[in-house]
Amino acid sequence: MKSDEIEFVAEVCRAAAGLKVDPDKVYLVESRLAPVARREGFGSIREMLISARQRKEEKLLWSVVEAMAQGETCFLRDPKMFERLREEVLPQLAVRRQAGAPIRVWSAGCASGQEAYSVAMTVEEAGAGVLTCGVDILGTDLSERSLEKAQSGLFTQFEVQRGLPIQLLARHFEKRDELWALSPRLRAMVRWRRVNLNAELRGLADFDLILCRNVLGNMTPEARVRVLGQLGGALAPGGYLILGADEQTGELPASLAAQGGGVHRLDPAAQVAA
Amino acid sequence: MRTCLVVDDSRVIRKVARRIIEEMGFEVAEAGDGLEALAWCRASMPEAILLDWNMPAMNGIDFLRQLRRERGGEQPTVVFCTVENDLDHIREALSCGASEYIMKPFDSDIVQSKFAQAGLA
Repeated sequence: MKSDEIEFVAEVCRAAAGLKVDPDKVYLVESRLAPVARREGFGSIREMLISARQRKEEKLLWSVVEAMAQGETCFLRDPKMFERLREEVLPQLAVRRQAGAPIRVWSAGCASGQEAYSVAMTVEEAGAGVLTCGVDILGTDLSERSLEKAQSGLFTQFEVQRGLPIQLLARHFEKRDELWALSPRLRAMVRWRRVNLNAELRGLADFDLILCRNVLGNMTPEARVRVLGQLGGALAPGGYLILGADEQTGELPASLAAQGGGVHRLDPAAQVAA
Repeated sequence: MRTCLVVDDSRVIRKVARRIIEEMGFEVAEAGDGLEALAWCRASMPEAILLDWNMPAMNGIDFLRQLRRERGGEQPTVVFCTVENDLDHIREALSCGASEYIMKPFDSDIVQSKFAQAGLA
């Protein structure tokens, strides 16, 4: 790829989704975009970009952005964090919500769904208080393709061997041909929706727990500040925002208190904007 | 040093597994089937066993059942590593006292994370 092509891709990604694309990482950009070009029937990345640029094809541009936004994911990523959810965060939220109102969880930037489903599995082990309260999980991602895969609840043998203890595989999955299918019960706990975190977040509010892990590192500093502000605004009083354990959090809103390991909590007495 | 016994009838698999497990700080011993593995364990119980299922002489699951009846045989942490990838095999392995279960093919990431989940990190 030539430098003007890389710059075009970087600008499209920045404008659409606040993504940071390093122009020096030509190999990374090429390895992400080559499969898109093939899928969309172009002979090369160059041909695809020319077509996208000239005809301003929205759909094609989004395919480029989505491919660049893709991150790594696995089940129960950072097991310590899920332990903390089970032992501390979820039981505490159950007490706050009380019976009749389910705990509201949002997996923001959920990719193919492993994080949202890991929360669902954790809920099952978090004790009677949490189960009685009930939990609503929302998984959102920029990519329609990722969401379709997430919704299918089907994972490859490779994917179920990344992070998932064998007892949980045996408890929650069934073999379907060469794939592993998650139980309908756990699948029913999660709803899916396409959301661009960099756009205005309408109708996303009153969450007790937001997980946005290893997503912000892929964004420009400006986008990061905006997204953190919006996520903070989508929390209910006393709600938790969980970022990646090692993610930089300098730009956090003041109402969020860092509790270590990427866990942040909104002041329980905070006034929430209507 | 901690010892891990790698039990597999394929010399190639044993070699690949040995390299991965040695990197994790184990001393590795090898056995080509269940009988050989049992003899090894009777001489000296390892801390961990990476265990294939289908092998001549004595297969993995029969070895595991026998191992758990031996003196000190409840001690080793057993991780299956096999091409058998259906739930029946997995459940049988767990009910016989295996801690983790790797479905072949595997790479070093999978072995490391499964060993960690089995408490062998």
